Amino acid sequence: MNALRKLFSFHGGVKPDYHKEASAQTPIAVPPAPTLLTIPLHQSIGGTPHPIVKVGDAVLKGQRIGEADGMVSSAVHASTSGTVVAVDLRPLAHPSGLSVLCVTIAPDGQDRWIDAQPFDYRQASPLETRDYLRDAGVVGLGGAVFPSHLKVNPGKLGRLETLVINGAECEPFITCDDLLMRERAVGLIRGMAIMRELLNADRVLLGIEDNKPEAIAMMRKALTQAPDVAAHEAIEVVVVPTRYPAGGAKQLIRVLTGIEVPHGQRSTDYGVQCFNVGTAFAIYEAIDLGRPLLSRIVTVAGNVERPGNYDVLLGTPMRHLIELCGARPGTDRLIMGGPMMGVTLPNDAVPVVKATNCILAGTPALFPPPPPEMPCIRCGECAKVCPADLQPFELYWFSRAKLFGKTQEYHLFDCIECGCCAYVCPSRIPLVDYYRFAKSEIWARERDKEAADEARERYEFRQLREEREKQEKAAKLAAKTAAGREKAAATLAEAEKLAQAPVLTPAEDAKKALIAAALERARAQKDAVQPGNTEQLSDEQRAEIAAIEARRAEIRAMAKPHLPPDD
Amino acid sequence: MIEAILVMALGAVVLGAALGYAAVKFRVEGDPLVEKIDAILPQTQCGQCGFPGCKPYAEAIARGEAEINQCPPGGEEGIRKLADLLGREVKELSAEHGVEKPKSVAFIDEQRCIGCTLCIQACPVDAIVGAAKQMHTIVAAQCTGCELCLPPCPVDCISMRPIAETPQTWKWKYPVFAIRPVHPAHPAPGSRP
Repeated sequence: MNALRKLFSFHGGVKPDYHKEASAQTPIAVPPAPTLLTIPLHQSIGGTPHPIVKVGDAVLKGQRIGEADGMVSSAVHASTSGTVVAVDLRPLAHPSGLSVLCVTIAPDGQDRWIDAQPFDYRQASPLETRDYLRDAGVVGLGGAVFPSHLKVNPGKLGRLETLVINGAECEPFITCDDLLMRERAVGLIRGMAIMRELLNADRVLLGIEDNKPEAIAMMRKALTQAPDVAAHEAIEVVVVPTRYPAGGAKQLIRVLTGIEVPHGQRSTDYGVQCFNVGTAFAIYEAIDLGRPLLSRIVTVAGNVERPGNYDVLLGTPMRHLIELCGARPGTDRLIMGGPMMGVTLPNDAVPVVKATNCILAGTPALFPPPPPEMPCIRCGECAKVCPADLQPFELYWFSRAKLFGKTQEYHLFDCIECGCCAYVCPSRIPLVDYYRFAKSEIWARERDKEAADEARERYEFRQLREEREKQEKAAKLAAKTAAGREKAAATLAEAEKLAQAPVLTPAEDAKKALIAAALERARAQKDAVQPGNTEQLSDEQRAEIAAIEARRAEIRAMAKPHLPPDD
Repeated sequence: MIEAILVMALGAVVLGAALGYAAVKFRVEGDPLVEKIDAILPQTQCGQCGFPGCKPYAEAIARGEAEINQCPPGGEEGIRKLADLLGREVKELSAEHGVEKPKSVAFIDEQRCIGCTLCIQACPVDAIVGAAKQMHTIVAAQCTGCELCLPPCPVDCISMRPIAETPQTWKWKYPVFAIRPVHPAHPAPGSRP
């Protein structure tokens, strides 16, 4: 079957040294839990989840600790049971070294699970299934950590022609997907079958590079033994030639189906969707076992005694893993991801997150410091290897000159930052650094633009409101004066009727009448007011009051001669 | 001869009608140049340029009554963009209108706020919420950092705080390489950091 399948080819690509043997020798190990787990709330693309636990809370393994913020976000969970000791800002596994909100848990060592129940996706609506996956924290484990529930959606067509499962794993040093396929093939096939149903896909193609014969054999064997016949028929393991970056989503789709997704469009519109094998396994665990995403397989390689793959609880400090693998002296930095696309971390205390597929302990010998950049000679080697069919040297010129509009005209955002161009550059220009710089500048400008547009709108609305309020006030005032005039005119008419002396002018007369009316009102008021405490007094009290008044009069008479004359 | 004149006259009438129709149908409302200038300005509405808002400043620039270097929040880049748009020369930011500062938002010390509403009236983008004799607070996401709320406050409880960088807003730095001296004994004077 596979022999008949016609494979396609993507443009460019390179063949670096793979260094995969070292870490692929030993089976996946489960490291002991560290003394503290620091779980960042922001572990996927999109909104930062809200913490729903507080310091001192006891949490169970799999308990949700961060609730998804809106649709484009994904929940996070406690990786083991224990007590929450802190909810604060801690450094993230990110090249910036900036801090984000993290939940720190002190494990109790008992690893007590929540009551995990499988999810019956066949009875649930597609929306319920997507909400379930969001709350289970399933994100793309290939490295982009895009929330998977947004991708488990057949799109406009309502069905998918091809579901591509990415087991290519093209980046050097990394073997976590290889080991996953070797050791957990049955669960992985179940995950692919579930996804096929959810996405209504006709066929499922699992693409694996030909440098992983064990994984290919294991997957094929598991497929023949799969109990679900329909799943067996629809799923196919396809061996693809080893060439970096065959594991890029667009590149693998191109190799397997021949479809080239155009700029700015989505693969679902062409009946294709691509997921990493780790994601497929996480979906199996979430749906069939009711377990949210709590751990992931991480390759530890580079300058360590025992490189290998570990099923690591999310939130484990990287230092813990490096010590477990036998740290060798001379390590000057940690790289998260592979040598081609990975980022250098600020320190070794940062925690493992959902995006951590590999930790590389780097030494100057293993990864020599970048040699000085030389001028671009326009040799065009970068364009020859670019798997996205871009013109890397043009992008470089424009990024360097900070002509960001031009970089977008040359489709900077189609660049997948695979690093092929920098790998072949004879002038050793760190091209990807320039692209990352340009991309983040463009994003910053877009954010500024959005903020400015909102400010303009609010400013204009405020001016509109002020104008309206002014008019309303003026109208009110006018109405009030009109009412006052009317009243004055009425009083005037009345006064005229009463007036005996016609010599007075009408204005004087009205004024007099007003004064008279006011005096009358004042008199009436005075009459109405009486001392409040002089009624309902008994005869004795009256007598007492009279006696007091008499005494007072006496004293006043006595004091009068001594007082200065009153004027 | 007469046919030729008639044909030409008919052509003139038809084309004239078409042009007249187009002039009515596709009439440009407002001044597109003002809109373009306004789009470049940062919309802080701070009035540091000497005009009561970004739009009036844009109108003044379009009329040629104002220089392009009077907007401190827009900074050097804003001046460069305006110069590009208008074909004028790039100038230094005019010192009398202020200096370029890092982006910040206003912050009300809620312990000291007496609820006088003066800052609410001063805010050009309605980013302060509160009521008379009630505590006020800033909606940080909508604050443009114009500082117009600072002078009216009778108890000086408003301060400007620089916006903290988050991993979402963090930017990759422009790649710069250290130039190492060839002879360590004589370090090159112009080595870049």
